[in-house]
Amino acid sequence: MNTSAWQMLLEGAWTTVWISAVSIAIGVVAGLVIALIRLARIPIVDQLLVLYISVARATPLVTLALFIFLSAPDLGLDLNRSVAGILALTLNTTAFNAEIWRSAFRNFSREQSEAAMATGMTPWITFRRIMLPQMVITSLPGLVNEMSFLIKGSPAIAVIGIVDLTRVTNRISAVTYEPLPPILVAGALYMAIIGCLVWLQRLAERRANRLAM
Amino acid sequence: MSNWDILWDERAQFWSGFLSTLEIFGLSIVGAFVIGCSLLYLLEGSRKRLTMPLRIFIDAMRMLPFLILAYLLYYGLPSVGIRLDAWWSGVGALAVYHGAYFAEIFRGSRLTFPPGQIEAAKAHGFTKGKMFFRLILPQVIMQTRPLLGNQLIYALKDTAFLVIITVSELTAAANSLSSTYFIPTEAFIVVIGFYWAISVTMEIIIKQCGRFSAKRGFDNV
Repeated sequence: MNTSAWQMLLEGAWTTVWISAVSIAIGVVAGLVIALIRLARIPIVDQLLVLYISVARATPLVTLALFIFLSAPDLGLDLNRSVAGILALTLNTTAFNAEIWRSAFRNFSREQSEAAMATGMTPWITFRRIMLPQMVITSLPGLVNEMSFLIKGSPAIAVIGIVDLTRVTNRISAVTYEPLPPILVAGALYMAIIGCLVWLQRLAERRANRLAM
Repeated sequence: MSNWDILWDERAQFWSGFLSTLEIFGLSIVGAFVIGCSLLYLLEGSRKRLTMPLRIFIDAMRMLPFLILAYLLYYGLPSVGIRLDAWWSGVGALAVYHGAYFAEIFRGSRLTFPPGQIEAAKAHGFTKGKMFFRLILPQVIMQTRPLLGNQLIYALKDTAFLVIITVSELTAAANSLSSTYFIPTEAFIVVIGFYWAISVTMEIIIKQCGRFSAKRGFDNV
């Protein structure tokens, strides 16, 4: 494999990393928002959210990406490829994250929220200062697991034409007619990316344990 | 003719895509299950030198995207002389990938298996194979039921990746219909409905397995 093949691989890796990072960032926050809304138990909105979570967890990423990219002009939106890919990944990961946050809410100790109420804290202050820091730490393994699933599912966006790390191996082998080396290097790069994610998680857990939770 | 009428006229293509997805899914999860159980047996611990490479293999499968494995089988293997067609490389990749995940799930449950049962079995003269097959495996499978159910849903979603290596399954049917008739929204809504129906059915089946397992006493261990 020559220099230009390596360059293409690194560009593909960069595309995968930035699209995954944006989807992860939006997905974690959106999942939290949806979990909060479900906590409020508004009648119709709750059933719609349950339906959305159930369908989004059952739909493959490839189908979702194709659906969003091909139907967007019908709905009047003019999406560029990367935005459609990010939207598909985000919709999928938000549903999973909503479930993770919801179980973190359910497992939060009731004594602390009762104590907060007894000292006169409003629900918003209780959430912001007491619940959220602890919930972030306890749901960190689940969230990072979901992040690694997102990165492992990100090759789905190749089907709408984004040249990510997997698709770029097709391009390289179209020129060199040797498909095996770029695929092996792409595999190693994916392992490196996911390895970085796991290492960041260990760092975050170590810092959290210093707070003695 | 409304868009839904067009889709109803083309229902044969949807149905054949649906059957193809079910075939791929069924074959690959049977293969994955067999591979997972075999890996668990090989990890049983008598052969110390086999444990390290197997665990490296399982961890590698858990750190790679599924599509890379499918690419490896479909585009990469011909370089070493083995030429699989798209369908079989898809089924093979699914079986190996999810077999490794099953093995990891089984291994996690095997670690918390009560050692007293194994000692009692050895005292009664069970051979290794019989003990694994009749004692360890049923309990490990029944205890990891929810995780296995989740993994089956992931396997179903991974079948859609095979459209990228040109296997004609459900997503490919939707893609081809939407490009022939320019009705992407309706075609994909139907296909998403199909996937949702399969996953709801699987969740019901897993729940029934739960009732079976409670009746046979697996939950009392």
